[in-house]
Amino acid sequence: MRVRFWGTRGSLPVSLTAEDIKNKIVEALLAAAGWNLKTRADAEAFVERDLPFAISHTYGGNSSCVELDIGTEEYVLCDLGTGVRPFGLHVLARKGPRTRCTFHVFLSHLHWDHIMGFPFFPHAYIPGNRIVIYGCHDGIEEALRRQHAAPCFPVDFSGLPAKIEFVKLEPGKRSRHAGLDVTPKRQLHGGDSYGYRFEHGGKVVVYSTDSEHKTDDAGSTQDVVKFFRNADLVIFDAMYSLADTVSVKEDWGHSSNVVGVELCQLARAKHLCIYHHEPVYNDVQIASVLQETLRLEEITRGDHPLRVSSAYDGLEIAV
Amino acid sequence: MQVTAVRHADVLVVAVTGRIDYMNAEDFKSALQPYLANCAAGGDRVVLDLSRLEYVSSAGLRVLMIAAKDARVRKGTLVAVSLQPVVREIFEISRFTLVFDVFDSVQDALRAISPGAAAASRSG
Repeated sequence: MRVRFWGTRGSLPVSLTAEDIKNKIVEALLAAAGWNLKTRADAEAFVERDLPFAISHTYGGNSSCVELDIGTEEYVLCDLGTGVRPFGLHVLARKGPRTRCTFHVFLSHLHWDHIMGFPFFPHAYIPGNRIVIYGCHDGIEEALRRQHAAPCFPVDFSGLPAKIEFVKLEPGKRSRHAGLDVTPKRQLHGGDSYGYRFEHGGKVVVYSTDSEHKTDDAGSTQDVVKFFRNADLVIFDAMYSLADTVSVKEDWGHSSNVVGVELCQLARAKHLCIYHHEPVYNDVQIASVLQETLRLEEITRGDHPLRVSSAYDGLEIAV
Repeated sequence: MQVTAVRHADVLVVAVTGRIDYMNAEDFKSALQPYLANCAAGGDRVVLDLSRLEYVSSAGLRVLMIAAKDARVRKGTLVAVSLQPVVREIFEISRFTLVFDVFDSVQDALRAISPGAAAASRSG
């Protein structure tokens, strides 16, 4: 299975400013001083090898959208944040507008940042495409229709030529869709959110975003540990610091890198990918959170090493 | 996990020993509670001596945060001292150093929050 991240930013899409780009270039030029970079290949090698990711790249700014590729013709997505737009453009570029496609979309919840990309998903506007939207909430169809309605958007949902279907899932009940065994779990978030445990070919990917974990409740912690158990990859909402989640941002419905490490260690998961980045953070701050998370894993490691990474728009992970 | 206390004048130095994780965080909360009962303006000032705390998870930090919030509401003083390197890093990564006053030693804390207690601890 391959996991591709098309949108990794939490709450609100963001983009780099002119000043951000200028600062990256200045940092890169300073780092390149003294290097003899004569060719493009030299420069590319220098960028990849010698510049920190936060200078040479960006974590990106699209809101939640993750693709699970199990090698079939049909597409599987988690959430319809603004990342679904570049995903759709990528599929169009590869397959052209005439190829009929089927998309299976698992929605964590209906907050705006998780559905706002759908009006800009090109395949919804092409007859013959099929889009199956799965979730545990009541009112998924209504929420999608509402954001297409006037005065929010000029094209009404009823005018979309693609065939759009809705499938209600039941929390805790494992079922098979699009070649994957899928188990949803209710999570603590305003209006509820649902995480998904996907199993295919002996591999397990957990998508758990917009979820607050009050780890003083041992029973709830055990439930989450069971949900994450032996996962090959856990995509985890680590939007805030732990101190924030137990003080000024308590009950805001998000979690921290510290809790992500703890839960994955308890569950003996193999890989934690921190996700749903705080929109206020710049690339350097997100990179700093990653470094601290790596360090936390190192100093709290028992007999089970946990790989830690930070999601960025464009990241692909082989599971 | 053990919690014990020693009094120096108006300061209660509460020592926490062992590990605190999600399995025993509630026990830690219960064990800490009596020592914080009078942590208020004009009452006890409380110093948490964490020199023998080997590990604290998010659940334990939550207990500390709630204690700090309660103390703040009651205008009491609650500080932490002598964090082991691992616990100090956990505090820093969790950003608890931004919301919790941390001192290098009990004496440093006593000097900062109660000179009378500092003198009492030296003589006693």
